[in-house]
Formats: sequence, structure tokens, C-alpha cells
Amino acid sequence: MSAPLVSMENVTVRFRGAQVVHAVNGVSLTLEPGKVLGILGESGSGKSVTLKTLLRLLPESRTDIGGTVAVDGRDVLALNPQDLADYRGGVASMIFQDPMLALDPVYTIGEQIAEAIVRHEKIGRKAAMARALELLELVRIPSPERRLKAYPHEMSGGMRQRAMIALALAARPKLLLADEPTTALDATVQIQILLLLRQLQRDLGMGVIFVTHDIGVAVEVSDRLAVMYAGQIVETGTVRELIADPRHPYTRGLLAANLHGARKGERLEAIPGAPPALTEPPTSCSFAPRCKHAQERCRAALPPAVALGEGRVVRCILAEPSLAAA
Amino acid sequence: MLTYLAKRILYVLPVAFGVSLFCFLLVHIAPGDPLTSVLPPDASQAMQDELRKIYGFDRPLPVQFGLWLWKAVQGDLGTSIATGRPVAAEVWRAVGNTLLIALLATVIGFVLGLFFGFVAGYFRGSFLDKFASMLAVLGVSVPHYWLGMVLVIVFSVQLGWLPPGGAGPGGSAAWKWDWEHVSYMVLPAITMSVIPMGIIARTVRALVADILNQEFVPALRAKGLMDFGVFRHVVKNAAPTALAVMGLQLGYLLGGSILIETVFSWPGTGFLLGNAIFQRDLPLLQGTILVLAMFFVGLNVLVDIMQGLLDPRVRRR
Repeated sequence: MSAPLVSMENVTVRFRGAQVVHAVNGVSLTLEPGKVLGILGESGSGKSVTLKTLLRLLPESRTDIGGTVAVDGRDVLALNPQDLADYRGGVASMIFQDPMLALDPVYTIGEQIAEAIVRHEKIGRKAAMARALELLELVRIPSPERRLKAYPHEMSGGMRQRAMIALALAARPKLLLADEPTTALDATVQIQILLLLRQLQRDLGMGVIFVTHDIGVAVEVSDRLAVMYAGQIVETGTVRELIADPRHPYTRGLLAANLHGARKGERLEAIPGAPPALTEPPTSCSFAPRCKHAQERCRAALPPAVALGEGRVVRCILAEPSLAAA
Repeated sequence: MLTYLAKRILYVLPVAFGVSLFCFLLVHIAPGDPLTSVLPPDASQAMQDELRKIYGFDRPLPVQFGLWLWKAVQGDLGTSIATGRPVAAEVWRAVGNTLLIALLATVIGFVLGLFFGFVAGYFRGSFLDKFASMLAVLGVSVPHYWLGMVLVIVFSVQLGWLPPGGAGPGGSAAWKWDWEHVSYMVLPAITMSVIPMGIIARTVRALVADILNQEFVPALRAKGLMDFGVFRHVVKNAAPTALAVMGLQLGYLLGGSILIETVFSWPGTGFLLGNAIFQRDLPLLQGTILVLAMFFVGLNVLVDIMQGLLDPRVRRR
């Protein structure tokens, strides 16, 4: 097995402020080069925060990060400002949820892409513009010469997200972080962007971490899945394993709540209740209040992380061998 | 961009016409007869009528306005009732004097305002922010004629460093660019600069804070930009709004300040305007207001054009 591209070990993220929020509580994950990991979870589950931790994009003055984060042999949490800036965009880059908000409205697309290229590679502005044009062709934007001189507001949502992808690829990163890149788009455009991402990932051999709340999207693009709940990864495994044999009640609930295969008039399965407020670090199973299998043990202590095989971990007592029959 | 430019410039015509009509009417709405101040109290009715005829006050208002406008377009703003001199010459001399202190005040106010605004916006909540914001609030709220008098007391009366007023030895006609003359500009310019400094600092602080909260800022960091690279983007995003505010402030400064110019006896437009009002010198009053208003209109066009150059979204409107 090759060295992992990404390795997060027991990462915790805490936001200080009027109220302390424990957004991420002991996340460990690894990503092999050239693979796609989907992080699945609902709003507030800590999936975006986990992703931003990988680029250290959270406001430093209000955030405490614990654990270790290693990407491509770098200790990300220990990088000095210069090395951090070289790492951002150069080794790992990010696609944001809403390209309208994530692109600067007063610079052209070409200028914004070229800026990233000049920042990371020793080439002039003209050569950078030529590279930017190639990148726009790579993400298959129609009439790329014209789009190079266009401002973000002059393009459609799908085209903006393609431009955002081109920008993220500007300095040939090894790791692409995608933060719900299709959530702000129309359904038809969503599929185009997903297919494009999947193809670029294969062609360029990038590792991708893809965060989404849409289980269909996650299954479409990922090799492996990690399901997050209340700042913890509750279940992880290959897509096939998770779909065929979900072990955590939360994963089962998510799969059951899917609209696919539902018949008209049939009541949709939903998970009762709401996720907990994360003002305290969890001392017991965070899902217990919503879980129909919850027992005394679940409310007394954190559930064990049960390893069911290579890279298959479930944080639930139901996965323990003695209870597996239940 | 060219159509935007042409549109902006065409829009000026109706605005300028409206402004001139307003200038003309404003003065006529005010009560009182312009001739009472120049005529002796026992002037006969015939004499009054004669004078009224000479100045054209006997004709209907629309005709008066038409004639006034027609002459104004050709650069003739009539003659002052009080001094008998051409209004245009008086106004231009005063404008020149006001420009001297207004431009110095602009430089001081804009540089300090931008500096404090950026510092406060970048370090929101810090000691620096509180200090800069305090200065800005002080700048906006201190009555400037009072500040002018305090400055005179401190720097002219107590310390004797700077002259208390006037436009230098020999008056404004003998103006020279040496310290002996320039020292007369310092106190009025500082006094004038305080309000634009405060307004610009507050505006820029809010702008910068707002821009730094937008999502494209972490996105810029995500592509590897460091502080200076991000700053470049913040400046270009803040520039259109900051320019609009600065254009307005420049307009106010060019209009001169009746109070400041009176405190410092500076022979600028504010001083002239004050005199024209007290002497009920209608042609002078109208002419001065018209010239100042046209400055404003011109500045606004300039700001519009610069905004269009800086922000592509403005051009589409």
C-alpha cells in the first residue's frame, strides 16, 4: 500500500466565542492518492469544517485545532505562513459551494485564474493567461476565449462552477477539496459538474475529498464514504459496503430517507429529532437520543470504534461482534 | 464602456438645467428685496423703478431666468449689486482661493481617512480599531468652527507657530508658494479636513469589514494568496463605494465652508457666499451657487465614470 495522501489523526476543532462550539470531535481519516472520499452528513455535522481544516482556512484567532493533519508528507498544522500559502492551491485546493460568492466580482475569470498560476509557478502574466485559457478548455467552458475576459456575474451558475474548478486546478494540485460543489446548482447542471469532476479526477490522478449532504451525489463520485454526525465519523467504508450493508443506525436512516424507489402515497422514512447542539464535547453517543436501538450503555459512554476490516470502521455498539446478530 | 460614458455625459444636461433653475428660484423664493440694501432709505418710487429696470428685476421670472441662463452659458453671471464688479470674476477668484485650502484639506482628510478606515476594518475589535473609530466619530461630530477657534487659540495665540487668519501678506492677490504664505493655509485646511476624514474612515471601515466577511476572501487564501495579495482584492472591491463618498466630500470641500472661511477670514467661496447672503446681493448669490453646483455635478460624473472603470457591474445598469 502506498503512503496516504491525506492522513487526519484524531482531529478536534473547537470555535471559541460567546459560546464554545465543538464542531469536530476526534475525526480520523485517510485518503490514498488518486482516490475519492465522500464525506456525507447533514448541516452542522462538521463536514465542511473538517474540509476547511485541511487547508487551515478557519479563522485562526477563534479556532483551536487538535490532533494531526498530514497531507502529502506535510504537517499542515505546523506550516509557517509562507509554506502554508505555497501549500494552499499548490498541493491542495478547494472548490466552494457557491461560485458566485467565492469568485471576486470585480476581476475577470482570466485574471483570477492567472493570479493563482503566477502565485505558484515562475511564469509571466501572458503565459499564465495562456494557461488559464487551456484550463477553461479543460473544464469544457463554451467559447473559452470570451469567458477569459468575462466577469463572474456575466456567466451562468454552471459555467461559474466550471471556472471555479479551473481555478482550483490552476497550480496542478494533488488534492482537490470539494465543499458541496453542486448544491447551489440546478439539477441538470449538477450532473454535468459531477461527471466533469469525476473525469478530471481520473485524468489528472488527483485525490479528492468530496463533501455533500446528498447521498446520491456521494455514491456517484466516491470510492469510499465517511458518514459524519455531530462532528464524528460514525461509519466509513467503501461505497459498496456502506450501501449494501450499513451498520450504523444513522447511516441506515440516511439510506432509508432517500427518495429513490419511493412510491407515490407511501410515507417517507425520516430520522426523528434534530442533531445536538455542540456546546459540549460528546461524552456518550451523540445519536442515542434519536436512535431506536439506544441502550443504557450508549448514554453512559462513547461508543467504541469497531473495525470490521480494512478501512471499515463503525462507531456503534451494534457493530460489536457479540451484538452483531441483533 | 463607451455607451456607458456617453450615457453618463448626456444625463448631465437635464441635471445641470434643473440645478440652474433651482439656483435661480431658490434666491427668489427668499423674502426681501435686493435693492433695499443699495438704495438710500428715502429713495423715491421712480428711483426704485429705474434701478429695478437696470437690473432687470421688473420682468417676469421666466424671462429673467432665460436671460440669466443664456448669459451664464456664455460665462457672464451679471454684476454684483453690492460692488458693481462682474460676478464671474469675483466667483472665480474665490474659487481659486477655496481650491487652495480645499485641496490641501482633501489630501489630509482622504489620506488619514483611508488609513484609519483600512486599519480599523482590518483589525476590527482591536485597540487600533477603537482608537481609529474614536478619531472618526470625533471628526464627524466636533463642530468645525469651534475646532477652528481652538486651533487658533492653541497654535496662533499660545504657541505663535501659525498665523490666525487671512490669506497672507498682501492678501490673496499677492499669493506666493513660500512658507510665509502657505502657513496661512495650514489651520483652515486642517479644520476642513476633519469631517471628510471622519466620514471616509467610517465608510471605509464598514466596507472593508464587509468585504473581509465575504466568501471570496477565504477562497483567495485557498488559492495561496498571502496578506498583500488579498489586500489588492479588498482595495478594488472597496474602491467604487469609497470613491463615491470621496467625490461627495470633495464637492463639499470645494463649496468652501462659510463658517471656517469666516473664522479664518479666508477669501474663498464660503466667505463670498456669506457676504452675498448678508448683503442680499442676488446676482452674486446666484452665480456663486451655480458655479458650486456645477462643480458638484461635474465631480459626480467623474466619480460615475471611475466607478464604471473599476466595477464591471456598474456599467450594466
